[in-house]
Amino acid sequence: MTEVLINSALQLVLLLLVAPLLSGMIKALKARLQTRRGPGILQSYRDILKLLRKGMVIPETASWIFSAAPYMVFGTATLVGLMIPMTTTHAPFSLFGGVLAVVYLLALGRFFLALGGLDTGSSFGGLGSSREMTISAIAEPAMMLAIFTVALGANSTNLSEMAKVAVGQSWRFLAPSQMLAFAALFIVLIAETGRIPVDNLATHLELTMIHEAMILEYSGPYLALIEWGASIKQLVLMTLLVNTFFPFGLSSDWTLQTIGVGLAFYLVKLLVLACMIVLVETSNAKLRLFRVPELLMVAFILGALALISTFLF
Amino acid sequence: MNMPALSTGFALSVAAYVAGAFASLACWRKPVLARRICCSAALAGAGLGGLTSVLGILRGTPVAWSVPSGVPLFAYSFSYDALAGFFNLALAIPVAAVSIYSFGYLKAFEGKRNIGLFGFLFHLVLLSLTITFTAANAFLFLIAWEVMALAAYGLVTFYHEDRETRRSGLLYVIMAHIDAGCLLLGFALLINASGSAEFASFRPLAAQLNSGQQTAAFILFFLGFAIKAGVIPFHVWLPAAHPVAPSNVSALLSGIVIKTGIYGMARIFLDVLGGVPPWAGLLVLLVGVVSAVLGVLYALMEHDLKRLLAYHSIENIGIILMGLGAALIFRVAGHPMLAAVALVAAMFHTLNHAIFKSLLFLGAGSVLHSTGTRNMEEMGGLIRPMPVTAFCFLIGAIAISGLPPLNGFASEWLTYQTLLAGFGAISGLRRILFPLAGSMLALTGALAAACFVKAFGITFLALPRGAKSRNVHEAPRTMLIGMGWLTLSCAALGLGATWFLPVFDAMTEQLLGQRVAANLVTGHGLVLSAGMRTSGTVSPLVIAVGLIVLMVPAALLVAIGVKRFGRKRGPVWDCGLPGLSEENEYTATAFSKALRMIFSVLYKPRREIQAVFDVSPYFPKEIHFESEIEPTFEKRLYAPLQEFIFRVSSRMRTIQAGSIHAYLAYIFVTLVLLLLFGVRK
Repeated sequence: MTEVLINSALQLVLLLLVAPLLSGMIKALKARLQTRRGPGILQSYRDILKLLRKGMVIPETASWIFSAAPYMVFGTATLVGLMIPMTTTHAPFSLFGGVLAVVYLLALGRFFLALGGLDTGSSFGGLGSSREMTISAIAEPAMMLAIFTVALGANSTNLSEMAKVAVGQSWRFLAPSQMLAFAALFIVLIAETGRIPVDNLATHLELTMIHEAMILEYSGPYLALIEWGASIKQLVLMTLLVNTFFPFGLSSDWTLQTIGVGLAFYLVKLLVLACMIVLVETSNAKLRLFRVPELLMVAFILGALALISTFLF
Repeated sequence: MNMPALSTGFALSVAAYVAGAFASLACWRKPVLARRICCSAALAGAGLGGLTSVLGILRGTPVAWSVPSGVPLFAYSFSYDALAGFFNLALAIPVAAVSIYSFGYLKAFEGKRNIGLFGFLFHLVLLSLTITFTAANAFLFLIAWEVMALAAYGLVTFYHEDRETRRSGLLYVIMAHIDAGCLLLGFALLINASGSAEFASFRPLAAQLNSGQQTAAFILFFLGFAIKAGVIPFHVWLPAAHPVAPSNVSALLSGIVIKTGIYGMARIFLDVLGGVPPWAGLLVLLVGVVSAVLGVLYALMEHDLKRLLAYHSIENIGIILMGLGAALIFRVAGHPMLAAVALVAAMFHTLNHAIFKSLLFLGAGSVLHSTGTRNMEEMGGLIRPMPVTAFCFLIGAIAISGLPPLNGFASEWLTYQTLLAGFGAISGLRRILFPLAGSMLALTGALAAACFVKAFGITFLALPRGAKSRNVHEAPRTMLIGMGWLTLSCAALGLGATWFLPVFDAMTEQLLGQRVAANLVTGHGLVLSAGMRTSGTVSPLVIAVGLIVLMVPAALLVAIGVKRFGRKRGPVWDCGLPGLSEENEYTATAFSKALRMIFSVLYKPRREIQAVFDVSPYFPKEIHFESEIEPTFEKRLYAPLQEFIFRVSSRMRTIQAGSIHAYLAYIFVTLVLLLLFGVRK
């Protein structure tokens, strides 16, 4: 019991600290690749701190749903973070929810955020909610199919179990089914975290907004919670990718050394994945909204192929 | 041991419904009295029925009564076993809520509508449901089935002055009779083989029926029950009939009446029929997938709140059939343990859907009661005048979207685990269907969430979109209590899922010879587990507690910020555009626009915009906008069928000349033919 609590506390701290760092790193890398100077990698921390120290304006039309949404986004993202193995194969909350719970908890956060977007009555909020729910709905089957491919290989939907199986076969990612599943999940990651070519977090151009349109009316500490929650969600999804497909550095025992090595490997893996995201973001233009389903259909087909190829290899 | 208690409880609950039916009819001239009798008798019947069902489930072994009727083949045979007990429980929980709700809801009928007649029909439906779930004789089952269909027809057409209502009622009653006809033929086949109409006499038939008879029986029963359950493509009556009924009746119809189809499938395919063709499970699974996905896609396009909910019933029946189909597949493939897990998933979802769908219909009823419209485009901002209704509806919406930690999540999670286990257990390439079905379940869940963001967001949030939702009031207290009871049930069955699962043990033992609850629970009784093949676990209770605990520091951060830097209310920023009014709010049609475009192959949307302008087309004075989607099944399947029937009937008219001599000749010829061919002994 105490072990679970200590483990949870450590992972929670890691989660809360690494998530903004990762967002900052992606921003800095992107700026570098686009030959801009860009903000420093600590900018996301500064943003959150700044927002926490601002007054808040709540729209007159909003109800309690508007205020509940930031807590739900933050709460679900951090809870999900505790279910995912980060530096060792053992995630503190692994027993209490596997990959299905992860997907559905993120959906719960999104459900409330979309309601928060509708709550103010602003058309931008409604527009964002509509698009967010649409894209996530179409991304869901691809995501599940890819995850099922991994889960069926590990005979478990629990992420710690999946990680343990992966550690046993470190080079399995070379199998076609694993590569296809990774490709499918990578597309879903792009869609779920609102990256180009699906969405653009850096824009406030009315016609292209998805996620930003939903949170347009939020300010101050509420906005801080949402931004923080969103970066944690991004970290969680990226962790899911790096640790289930590339389990290097994960160990199942608990010593200072293994945790240190695990953390170092983990950060490097995240950095590599972040570079991939940045490359995709920089080398692509944003897709029209109605072309996004085609991209997600590609992900779905990749997932289905991954599943079929488990028969072959 | 508790057999006398069980029989007494069952008899008393039946008696309560019979008494309620006739007493409310007798008092039809005194509306207040009729209303009170109707609701209290229903509450008493549901309470007694609920207690009896608990006894029946705990007992495990069936209790049977039989009273001969004197008519050949027909007897008043009842068998109260675990399956019957479970469905009576699924009946009692929503009916208790509906009857409390009706105390307030029916008040509006006083002086305008015949509450006595309403009570009579309402109790008749409850009575026939109770008998359907316990009948052990084919004819008793069919009579109860038919009474249920007719009484429900009376309730569906209760607002009979409306033309749409009458048409919907007609469609309903026609489909109900096609399904009753299929069941009659199916039972006739079994009766012919066994020589008796008792369910008990059908059970040994499994070995005797040849594969042709088995296939015919399966198809007839499947058609009959699928029509009743509203499975696509036999669903057309459901979104027509359920919304036009009074809302408390809609709750009953969508919550439990369509579940008689599920009950029938479980009873006939897993119990009475003994064996089904090997492809049967696959068919049920595929039909389930199609119903789930198409049901939710059609729901998304609705802006009639009650029709939207009706389409979600089709979706959820699909999810239940995924579990049931998997159970049939596993049983044929020789995996009784997995079949039991699949059955638990299907039955748990049946109960959960009965609860949250009744809750949502009652919520919609309160909204309709206050605003007088079912059109979501005229609603908005109802969360302020109707906070309790809004909260209950929100809980129902979260539950039906399958989001943690409520009951919908628990049963959908079990369905996922069942489908994943199928991949490992079934051999051959067809096992790939299981994860594919799982991914379609994911699509269904995500679309359902999108649909309920729309349903809740457009109905309850932002500014009122029409005059009808401006001066509204909260529903009366009894209606709120009814909804509150179901809201609590949603939470209790989600958070306490692990403690509820042993309820299924008696049923799975009876039908499949397996007790699985112990395998499905680990972690000191707090964690749901997937059983044996895959080792997934989840704990809705810990998730709920964890969420609350993690929100506390967040709340502290916000509280500190608010204390130091202030919080104020201001006008909506809206990217700097001033003057937000209800006219430029997002609408339900707009919300589903993206999905309408993406799935335009299915919807074939049509829209028409006419602008009236004086000088320049850029400054229209008036814009007329019309948008609709093609009702594919109605247009492509049912319209040609109807045309065909009309054509055949008009041909048939030539022999229906109205001449008495001709009819006498028909009778004579028929008699001769019967004597020649019918009597062979």
